[in-house]
Amino acid sequence: MWLEKNNKTMENSRYTLNAQLAQMLKGGVIMDVTNAEQAKIAEEAGAVAVMALERVPADIRLEGGVARMSDPEMIIEIQKAVSIPVMAKARIGHFVEAQVLEALKVDYIDESEVLTPADEENHIDKSKFSVPFVCGARNLGEAARRISEGAAMIRTKGEAGTGDVVEAVRHMRTMNRDIRVLCALDEEEVVPFCKNNGIPQDIAQKVRELKRLPVVNFAAGGIATPADAALMMQLGCDGVFVGSGIFKSGDPKKRARAIVKAVAHFNDPEMILEASKGLGEAMVGIGISTMKEEDKLAGRGW
Amino acid sequence: MRDKIGVLDLQGGVQEHLTHLEALGLEPVRVKKATDLDNLAGLILPGGESTCLARLITIFELRTPIIHAFSSGMKIWGTCAGAILIAKTIKNETPHLALMDITVDRNAFGPQVNSFQETALLPEIAPTPLTLTFIRAPQITHTGTHVNVLHTTNGTITAAESAECLATSFHPELSGSTAFHRYFAKKCGLVVSSSVSEVPLTAWTQKTKISK
Repeated sequence: MWLEKNNKTMENSRYTLNAQLAQMLKGGVIMDVTNAEQAKIAEEAGAVAVMALERVPADIRLEGGVARMSDPEMIIEIQKAVSIPVMAKARIGHFVEAQVLEALKVDYIDESEVLTPADEENHIDKSKFSVPFVCGARNLGEAARRISEGAAMIRTKGEAGTGDVVEAVRHMRTMNRDIRVLCALDEEEVVPFCKNNGIPQDIAQKVRELKRLPVVNFAAGGIATPADAALMMQLGCDGVFVGSGIFKSGDPKKRARAIVKAVAHFNDPEMILEASKGLGEAMVGIGISTMKEEDKLAGRGW
Repeated sequence: MRDKIGVLDLQGGVQEHLTHLEALGLEPVRVKKATDLDNLAGLILPGGESTCLARLITIFELRTPIIHAFSSGMKIWGTCAGAILIAKTIKNETPHLALMDITVDRNAFGPQVNSFQETALLPEIAPTPLTLTFIRAPQITHTGTHVNVLHTTNGTITAAESAECLATSFHPELSGSTAFHRYFAKKCGLVVSSSVSEVPLTAWTQKTKISK
């Protein structure tokens, strides 16, 4: 298979099967939860998976300090509470946190810019793990590098914990545009394009063949309303992560259900209208344009 | 007239099934609402997260309409999570649509680390061996009297059919072969004129036209 030659320790079929597992999450909503009770609310509302973490991104921003992998006990409580897959976050480059999460038998590991990076040069060599990884990306180059390292799923980064969808839109449009450009190039233009964008050659050839990323691409970072979620779906993502947007809102149960409805019926304005009614307060949010550059999380990862 | 096959389009591997059906020249229907079930010859319940799919069927009030359409002649094929949804009995779980006399055991092959591919000859489906992909797959642990076993993997049943239903633990839509879709179309009484046997595995995003 296509990653065969780059994979050192992971047999190629393991990678393919992990990418296919993620393929089965398509059209789903993955919700950030911080305890078993929230996980149950998410499952009841129709979430396809939950992301277990101690603090949602909005609180990480508020409280500051170093954000690390969650306490395993809290993840275990969530694993016990639901039958949908449970994901958990490791710091960028912190391969031991990833080892711990793999030992914990989480269903996916998110090597996430929302946590404080542990390595400012290198990401985790994900090909050494049997558990599938999801990684954030702002453009095709970043996505391709993560896939080359063994990520079985990509999510656009957006700007987590803001409730402002503008960065998620920017990253999804950039990704789609990069793919269109790469696919339109003459063969001799591919090498310089890859060089300029930091795209590994074999991944570039695969993207040209498939005319899409070789793994699923979800949207994340700033999605707060049913319309936000449907917007990302119409822009062509395969599913949606909602972080602070649900449990930082006035009525999490109702909003979780509404976002699931809007994603399943993302191309039906009548259904999105129905889903948008009477949801109570959305999360307060921070406008990206008012933020200092150093407060943005999306710049983490290389 | 019952001349279309639908794919339940709430979550999961929907586009893969649509691509296979399109390659066979069968204009498939995306089933999101009860009215989408009108006059379907067959319905595919795709792979996805079975707990999530079961919740979505309840949330979007599709349970009764699917059961009604089924009892008035619509054939059903469940792949992986879809097979769990149609089983009459599920180990340690309340059944969902309960349409087919089989017992399934969720994730019985084990966690994701134990997911695997198998190449096997299924004489009823195709004359050449097929690639079967098992992803956190269920096992069919028991079949009723009117259910035929189509395939076993290391001694456990992984494909079965009755007059009305087809259930596969694996994902034929993840391989390029159209053999299983051709087989299901015939089961639904449809004539497949296309001789296409392989589809490229390119499209999978669900970009569709905005409905009016």
